[in-house]
Amino acid sequence: MLYFSKLRITLVSLVTLFFIFIAASNFQDSEDSFISKKINLGLDLQGGSYLLLEIDNGPVEIQKLQNTTTVIRNFLKDKKINFNDLRIENKKIIFNVSKDNAELVENFFLDKESEINPYYNQYKSHQFDLEIQESEFILELSKYGLIEIKTSSQDQALEIVRRRVDEVGTNEPNIIKRGNNRILVELPGLDDPMRIKSLLGKTANLTFRFVTQNSNDTFGTEMLQFEDGTNEAMVSKRIILNGENLLDAQPQMNNQTNETVVSFTLDRVGAKRFGKATSTGVGKQLAIVLDGKIVSAPTIQSVIASGNGQISGNFTFQSATDLALLLRSGALPAPLNIIEERTVGPDLGQDSINAGVIALMIGFLLVIMFMFFKYKIFGLIANITLLVNLFFLIGILTLFEATLTLPGIAGIILTVGMAVDANVLIFERIKEECKKEKNNIIAFDTGYVKSKTAIIDANITTLIAAVILFFMGSGPVKGFSVTLAVGIFTTLFSVYFIARMLTGLYVVRNKEKVKLI
Amino acid sequence: MINFNKFYKLFNLISLSLVIISILLLFFKGLNFGVDFKGGTLIELRSDDKNINVTSLRSSFSKMNLGDFNVKKFGNENDFLIKIEKKDTSANAIEIIKKELTSSIGGSFNFRRVENVGPKVSAELLKSGVIAIALSLVAMLFYIWIRFEWQFSLGAILALFHDVVITLGLFSLFNLEINLSIVAAVLTIVGYSMNDTVVIYDRVRENLRKFSDIKIFELTNISINETLSRTIITSVTTLLALVSIYLFGGEILKGFSLAMIMGVVFGTYSSIYIANPILVKLRVSQKTILKENTE
Repeated sequence: MLYFSKLRITLVSLVTLFFIFIAASNFQDSEDSFISKKINLGLDLQGGSYLLLEIDNGPVEIQKLQNTTTVIRNFLKDKKINFNDLRIENKKIIFNVSKDNAELVENFFLDKESEINPYYNQYKSHQFDLEIQESEFILELSKYGLIEIKTSSQDQALEIVRRRVDEVGTNEPNIIKRGNNRILVELPGLDDPMRIKSLLGKTANLTFRFVTQNSNDTFGTEMLQFEDGTNEAMVSKRIILNGENLLDAQPQMNNQTNETVVSFTLDRVGAKRFGKATSTGVGKQLAIVLDGKIVSAPTIQSVIASGNGQISGNFTFQSATDLALLLRSGALPAPLNIIEERTVGPDLGQDSINAGVIALMIGFLLVIMFMFFKYKIFGLIANITLLVNLFFLIGILTLFEATLTLPGIAGIILTVGMAVDANVLIFERIKEECKKEKNNIIAFDTGYVKSKTAIIDANITTLIAAVILFFMGSGPVKGFSVTLAVGIFTTLFSVYFIARMLTGLYVVRNKEKVKLI
Repeated sequence: MINFNKFYKLFNLISLSLVIISILLLFFKGLNFGVDFKGGTLIELRSDDKNINVTSLRSSFSKMNLGDFNVKKFGNENDFLIKIEKKDTSANAIEIIKKELTSSIGGSFNFRRVENVGPKVSAELLKSGVIAIALSLVAMLFYIWIRFEWQFSLGAILALFHDVVITLGLFSLFNLEINLSIVAAVLTIVGYSMNDTVVIYDRVRENLRKFSDIKIFELTNISINETLSRTIITSVTTLLALVSIYLFGGEILKGFSLAMIMGVVFGTYSSIYIANPILVKLRVSQKTILKENTE
């Protein structure tokens, strides 16, 4: 009948002690304690910055189209096929081919092994979708072509963002992909993300190009503004060097001019090219272009073959440091936009923790007082169960190193309020059974059995809500769903193992008692 | 024994009118969406300077040309919440505001919290919030359908709908802000209200099996009474926890706990006065249950 083996009692006690131990490890400071696991505090509790960045892939797509246009031009020339009017219009590549060649050209693009329109074997779809209107060929990036562009620019951007954030040296940043064109950056402890935001807001695309007066330059020219906005100059589109050729960049004081500059070191290829360009271009102005703006355009005085150089341009020490950092970490494949920012100062985080802990203690006290008043001994048992339940909940959150947020704390407090429900259902049922049944032990057993379906159903409905919240919710709200869901399991465990054992032991001793509850 | 069933009609009428008023409010007055769902900027500011108040902040912000904005006190005497509707997420927007504010009211303040949500993100958050709530209702509908019978499932879902609509209606009426945590609250209300309904339904089903000669009108009343003390005790303990979050949990959790308090009250009420009358309306009898068993 109602019998609890010594083994069972020992096991339950051990499990309980284990979780109390784990939960307590959160309050130890020493790193080398037996269990070094701790609950992570969310950004809303420890303070910090949350930035969601979206990659603007428009320029990358256009770049891809431009590159492909060149490839197509060379390819068709190679195959000696006449074409005309090759152009980009509305993100489509369009060209005309005479009727006799149409079928041949179509095959080039639709062949499974196509060189100029790849991906078929990987995705069962080409990089470009081809549409033919009479003699006009229209190529548009296919779904997979676009995905490929997005994922590759996301991979690159992630790497560059990571380097830039690491260079600034914040503690334990969390940088992860979101979807296929977003990057999430979490910076714990950072209460003013201004600097990181401005560093991430720059593509840092560096090029060295000659200033020219001749608008008939073979590579084409463009008018670019100077960074300070005062002036503009015509610059050749021919790129002498770009940021990829940079090995290192550092801020420096130029002793002669007393100016802050960024000094750089080029790699071998870069040094060679730079030497060649400076040797042919003595007396010419070399524009240093960053993100479409001219930083400075010094006149070349002599050949620079060492691969070392300096960029000047009205820098403060801070702006020179930042530019050097950007150049060291490399250019982003595409511009990033900050589409969501949430920053919490550390003092607000601490206030939230304090408020949460006070609310938890008061809520807990109110609930246990009410339960004791209502059920006396059984209430006391329910309260012990509730306390153990709290240890279980905190212990499991610790074991999984879950992230605790302010709504998460609310979830714990709510669990305190709702966890007693299972015990209440059981106690009320036992009370009812006692009215019909003289034998306390039978009434007790029946109470447990008959309340089971209601308890399971009631908890599963809450669990369903928590699971949906976990998958649909974001950030702090996710933390709420985690504590709520874990709370359900710990509640069921503590009720069916601990409360049942304690109440059972009490009932066995009070078999003859007239009024059990 | 309390005769709950005597008031079925009266309370159904009250509930129906509350739901209709809430829907009208939602339609014509709308909800006060926060930064999460509308986009814009939110700044929680704390000042050390006694001279800084809502009026002085308002006049400083109006000079900045930020479009519609709203300044209010936030809990403490020297804490303020500023909401700016302009959807400017450029990297230095916050920095500019900080600079201009320093020049107009001095530097004795700090930004304790800044939230800047772009229009695209806010639209997505709103969409996923609505989907989450809808999904949870559908999930509950199916769960109850599987565990009970369709009549029960319909009753439970109408009760849930009632709770969610009236809670949102009250938020509209009092112009309370809807943000991400309110969505979490609504989902938890769905879970709680369901929980309450299921416990009574479980008893109704048990009694249907036991008594073939008692009409459902009478039977629901018996079941409600048998589970009444549990209903009250659980509501009380949950409310105790929620009230302590509301009073002591800090300003950020106020909206969340308030929504939950409303939800628990309506959830408890609707389990009795919406979920059960529907079983009566649908003429649930022992046959409904026995059919389930033979399947």
